[in-house]
Amino acid sequence: MLSRTADSLYWLARYVERAENVARIVLVGHRMASMARSLGASGDEWLSTLIATGCEPGFFAKYSEPDSGAVIDYLVRDPDNVSSVFSCLETARRNARAVRTALTADMWDALNETWLKARDFAAQKMTLDTAPSFLEWVRERSQLFNGAYDSTMLRNDAFYFTRLGTFLERADNTARILDVKYYVLLPQDEGVGGALDYYQWQSILRSVSALRAYHWVYHDRLQPWLIAELLLLRREMPRSLISCYDQITRYLDLIAEAYGGERGECHRLAGEAHARLRYGKIQKIFQLGLHEFLTDFIDRSLLLGGEISNLYLT
Amino acid sequence: MSHAVALAFDETGLPGECLPHYALIRRWLDETPRAAIELKRREAELLFRRIGITFAVYTEGGGPERLIPFDIIPRVLAPAEWSVLQRGLVQRVKALNAFIRDVYHEREILHAGKIPDALILHNDGFRPEMQGFEPPRGVYAHISGIDMVRVGPADFYVLEDNCRTPSGVSYMLENREATMRLFPDLYSRHRIAPVSHYPEELHDTLRSVAPENCEGEPAIVLLTPGANNSAYYEHSFLADEMGIELVEGADLVVEDNIVYMRTTEGLRRVDVIYRRLDDDYVDPLTFLPDSLLGTPGLFNAYRAGNVTLANAVGAGIADDKSIYPFVPEMIRFYLGETPILANVPTYRCAEPGDLGYVLDHLHELVVKETRGSGGYGMLVGPHASSAERASFAARLKARPNDYIAQPTLALSTCPTFVESGIAPRHVDLRPFVLAGKDIRIVPGGLTRVALRDGSLVVNSSQGGGTKDTWVLESMGDAQPHRR
Repeated sequence: MLSRTADSLYWLARYVERAENVARIVLVGHRMASMARSLGASGDEWLSTLIATGCEPGFFAKYSEPDSGAVIDYLVRDPDNVSSVFSCLETARRNARAVRTALTADMWDALNETWLKARDFAAQKMTLDTAPSFLEWVRERSQLFNGAYDSTMLRNDAFYFTRLGTFLERADNTARILDVKYYVLLPQDEGVGGALDYYQWQSILRSVSALRAYHWVYHDRLQPWLIAELLLLRREMPRSLISCYDQITRYLDLIAEAYGGERGECHRLAGEAHARLRYGKIQKIFQLGLHEFLTDFIDRSLLLGGEISNLYLT
Repeated sequence: MSHAVALAFDETGLPGECLPHYALIRRWLDETPRAAIELKRREAELLFRRIGITFAVYTEGGGPERLIPFDIIPRVLAPAEWSVLQRGLVQRVKALNAFIRDVYHEREILHAGKIPDALILHNDGFRPEMQGFEPPRGVYAHISGIDMVRVGPADFYVLEDNCRTPSGVSYMLENREATMRLFPDLYSRHRIAPVSHYPEELHDTLRSVAPENCEGEPAIVLLTPGANNSAYYEHSFLADEMGIELVEGADLVVEDNIVYMRTTEGLRRVDVIYRRLDDDYVDPLTFLPDSLLGTPGLFNAYRAGNVTLANAVGAGIADDKSIYPFVPEMIRFYLGETPILANVPTYRCAEPGDLGYVLDHLHELVVKETRGSGGYGMLVGPHASSAERASFAARLKARPNDYIAQPTLALSTCPTFVESGIAPRHVDLRPFVLAGKDIRIVPGGLTRVALRDGSLVVNSSQGGGTKDTWVLESMGDAQPHRR
């Protein structure tokens, strides 16, 4: 298939997933901020949300203070921000339009309708009150799109590249969501393990729809290292890094097989990252620093994306 | 009903009678209660909005208002009418191709004094880069759209030739799909020549003009300017129907005068390019240097005979409005035949005598820019105000070479569903002619209809719609029907 077609499918899936994940991160930020307020602590949740989404530099080029209204609008609606939820949906649709014939009708409908409606939503500034319902809706629409392509696309290279996009983006975002916690500093008089700390961890789990899953897997109170283990190393957890990398290596292998067995640097990088997750231990990761592990992981994913692009998409 | 419409020939027949090939449609219109037709019209609108959504999505922010309206009442051509048109079109496209070939080689028609040299050599459509180059099978205009109008029972005129990148064929195909779905009964009571094989015919045509050095099955692609082009829907539709790749300029790369497309499995050679990109944008190294749409080196690969471009670069020399008056002469000159299809009498404002006549008769003429298209930059004399005529006259005097003029024709009308009910509206016809190993025409073409009462401008950009066009294969059980 044309490299451009594969490229568009890959980015289309990435941007749909990114829209969902930015939505999830903003929802966590929102929840943490309200929690902090109700517990009488004024935190820097919105700043941490900006950092976790990688939108901090862009934001401060436009605003001086990370107050809730400005951050929410910037992350959710602002067309100037290429990673805002709305921009992601628009970029996804632009990619879809460029390869219209490579999409199934169901995929196109899911995406096009989302975009049309999102445009209406985005006509007004987002506020603390209007954002959550929009973000919940975006999450649903992204799931609709994922369902549409999973249930209608032919299982060939087009599908493999779409899959790669979804899982590479999802891995990146799970890492970022977990990293939000690193940036949210607890107030001086609030210790680790206090009420606020607890609710922050709970919010993280909620944001990846894993609060119940945690209890099913661990039957324990929320413990930071168990939460990290769930999101990094547990295969049962569909948004964990290892689950995403199971899929990434699988689809990279399928692509290589479809194209006569030739492999490249991207296969090596994916295999390496996969092995680190398969044989990693959470105690070790905490000893070396969770934040350092996550930062390194995000960098490696970036590198992998570049190599996939080099081999197949340009 | 406006004056012009009242004077025009209605294709169903003279007042009080109905021509046999329209009998069933006429009876259907007469017998079906207005409410039922209205229901069908709404169903059609719904259907087209659904298909239409797929049209509109390609235009950024385009709502249903960007759709070209579809009129539910088919336009019918009798077998005898079509067979004349068909022969005439084949003849015309043969002559046009011979002319383009001649212009870039011996220029015999110029030496014979049939066409002024300056008209060719100073024409924007003339591409000196093409001189001495022979495309496969000597074909330049592989896909032509010949715009026809009609003023009487047997009086068809060619209004314009389109030899560059004519569009509209997807509407022809979609319109037929729509009528078959909406009126299966009416449809099945006629014997109608099918059109749905057009993509296959096009594919065969493109295959037949592969470069001589191409071994095995040629790799054919459709080159589009991209998703923002107004005809993008048609590009993706045709690529899809033919099962070929829809590429943009950046998907192609030229190495050692060979064209490749970038695929996930590396570079793959391309043999034939159906390009829907104007000459100027094809190759920034040869033509517009700042074009981002084309592929550097493509023209050299073409000249080296390693890839076929359809249509050929420089084919536009044949469809220029200033060349148009000479097409009947081309038919006599190259084919030694009498033209089957007539041209509309045309005044060339470049000629002082013609210019004088045109300026004196602006109120009854249609004046067109030689380079204009899409109904822009034209004056319909009888419909213009005297102020509009005066300002146009000034432009004519300033740049006479840029204009031609023709009598205002009373274009034929067809019954059309409009707000006030069923009323006659002016139509034209664009058949699509394919030239490769042989010349092929899918019967019919795209009928465009001027939906506004009295309007003679059928272009979609000026409020025109389209109709399904039926060419009957035999008269079947259609009976003459007196009203």
